[in-house]
Amino acid sequence: MSEALLEVRDLTVEFVTRRGTLRALDRVSFDIRRGEVLGVVGESGAGKSVTGSAVIGLIDPPGRIAGGEVRLAGERVDNLAPEALRRVRGKRIGMIFQDPLTSLNPLFRVGDQLVETIRTHTTLSATAARKRALDLLAEVGISAPDKRIDSYPHQFSGGMRQRVVIALALCAEPELIIADEPTTALDVSVQAQIITVLKRLCRDHGTAVMLVTHDMGVIAETADRVAVMYAGRIIEIGAVADVVKNPLHPYAKGLMGAIPTLTGHEGRLSQIPGSMPRLSAIPPGCPFNPRCPAAFAPCPSVRPDLTAYDRHPVACHLYDPAYAPREQAA
Amino acid sequence: MTAYILRTIGQGALVLLAVAFIAFSMFRFVGDPVANMMGQEATLADRAELSSRLGLDQPFPVQFLRFVRDAATGDFGISYRQGRPVATLIAERLPATVELAVLSALFASVAGVALGVYAAIRRRGIVAQGVMMLSLVGVSLPTFLIGIGLIYVFAVELRWLPSFGRGETVRLGWWSTGLLTASGLKSLVLPVLTLGFFQLTLIMRLTRAEMLEVMRSDFVRFARARGIPERTIELRHALRNTMIPVVTVAGLQLGSVVAFAIVTETVFQWPGLGALFVNAVQFADVPVMAAYLVFVGLVFVLVSLAVDLAYLAFDPRLRGTLAAR
Repeated sequence: MSEALLEVRDLTVEFVTRRGTLRALDRVSFDIRRGEVLGVVGESGAGKSVTGSAVIGLIDPPGRIAGGEVRLAGERVDNLAPEALRRVRGKRIGMIFQDPLTSLNPLFRVGDQLVETIRTHTTLSATAARKRALDLLAEVGISAPDKRIDSYPHQFSGGMRQRVVIALALCAEPELIIADEPTTALDVSVQAQIITVLKRLCRDHGTAVMLVTHDMGVIAETADRVAVMYAGRIIEIGAVADVVKNPLHPYAKGLMGAIPTLTGHEGRLSQIPGSMPRLSAIPPGCPFNPRCPAAFAPCPSVRPDLTAYDRHPVACHLYDPAYAPREQAA
Repeated sequence: MTAYILRTIGQGALVLLAVAFIAFSMFRFVGDPVANMMGQEATLADRAELSSRLGLDQPFPVQFLRFVRDAATGDFGISYRQGRPVATLIAERLPATVELAVLSALFASVAGVALGVYAAIRRRGIVAQGVMMLSLVGVSLPTFLIGIGLIYVFAVELRWLPSFGRGETVRLGWWSTGLLTASGLKSLVLPVLTLGFFQLTLIMRLTRAEMLEVMRSDFVRFARARGIPERTIELRHALRNTMIPVVTVAGLQLGSVVAFAIVTETVFQWPGLGALFVNAVQFADVPVMAAYLVFVGLVFVLVSLAVDLAYLAFDPRLRGTLAAR
């Protein structure tokens, strides 16, 4: 996969705490191609946001990248010196956070924050930077940008602020945007607008997106491919239509089965028994095996790796011919 | 905005009235000024005569109302002890206290914020840790002990700086300043350090704590994600957010610096308002004491007005709401 923009290989993130070292990400590997939207789904605590933070180098102590590598357009970025990493952030990788109400500095006009970001990464003059800030505001759908540019964040609604945040992330035309639950804190009616804006801009600018969310609807509508995470690992990754319609991993099947539909009258939604293990008590072998309806002999002891046995890569022994002739679970 | 300032001034006037009332009622218990003024040999008739001349035979409400009426025109009566108008006495002593307090406040806030920011940024550095430990000393040592310690080191042992008084002063109209002569400046050093030290440590610790808090906030993380240099984040984004709570506490603390320089002025025999008040207490000089306490109230009213205006400068979120009030 030489055309991959982002290559993540065996990325491992650990948090050193008083009660020992917790492994928040365990050998996570995936690629994002130029202009592609990769959705990352999973329950809270599955490692979605940590993956995003690790890629952009914003893991706060006591967390640290304990292994693996992150390559952007072929160059490693996970081991850069702080100053070199800072030049990558915002310039080549942008990031959007969950809560637009707290992402902006309340004491600075949005125009100042835009101009600051633009001038950090380009050689534009103050006037040219302001012109570009106006264009960006117009692009994210803020009406009368010449009036709004001198407003303070508190004078915007939540949805409008998230548009400003998107404009800020796009300031330097990054190749990749990491959107960490960009719509979770917003009203449902506003969510769709924000997703539309994000999708349109990234298509126009050819920007790749890593879209972290727990909203399958957003993924189905926006993403090209989707990675399903569980207990700090990617357990299944593939084209959206494929994974949503034909999930392979028993956990992914459970997730898809738990999505309500407007037309279906199937009675109760299905539910996965139990809950995701805490980071301090991840079971050996497959982390999902205690909850798995199809668990068999190797599951509690042998760790399944993400392998493309069939249509798309999955980390599950059920599909491993080495354990054949066991029947595949329906 | 203008309405807001006018309202604050109106509230300030009420506060001053309340301060005057409380002060005035307490002074009925500090001793009999007539006994102090007349000495042992005075006859009862003489005492009664003086008492009625001063209005002290009148009932309390009448005395108070007369005080307020005169004070409103700037007349705080005649000092029992010195026999001169209190307003003149205060005007004479004011420059010494104001120069001392303003310089201390400046020293405490500038050095306090700078050290606080440093201690927050280099949280694990040796220097920052040392500064934090020293600040504990500043918070826990009483002011007079610091003053005496400074006098011992710099005036007695090293003989660099004078241990008392203002040195030579220059008159600019009615204002006498110690800022224009070498000996005046040298005399200021130790009192300013003494008076400002406690406030400095307090402001520093507060700045550090607030700064650490702000550095954990989402918009700082987002600024990092935008690739803004760390120094810019610290000194532009975080510092300004840090200043809002710091201004509140520091403002009130600085008010108390201006108002209660009494201890420092006593230690350094500084010819300011604090020393005037201490002498007045010993002599039950009610007009001087009352005027001093009203002055202290006035300082606090002005400082809190200044703090409110500083909020407006720092926090755009308040501008709309204040203008609307």
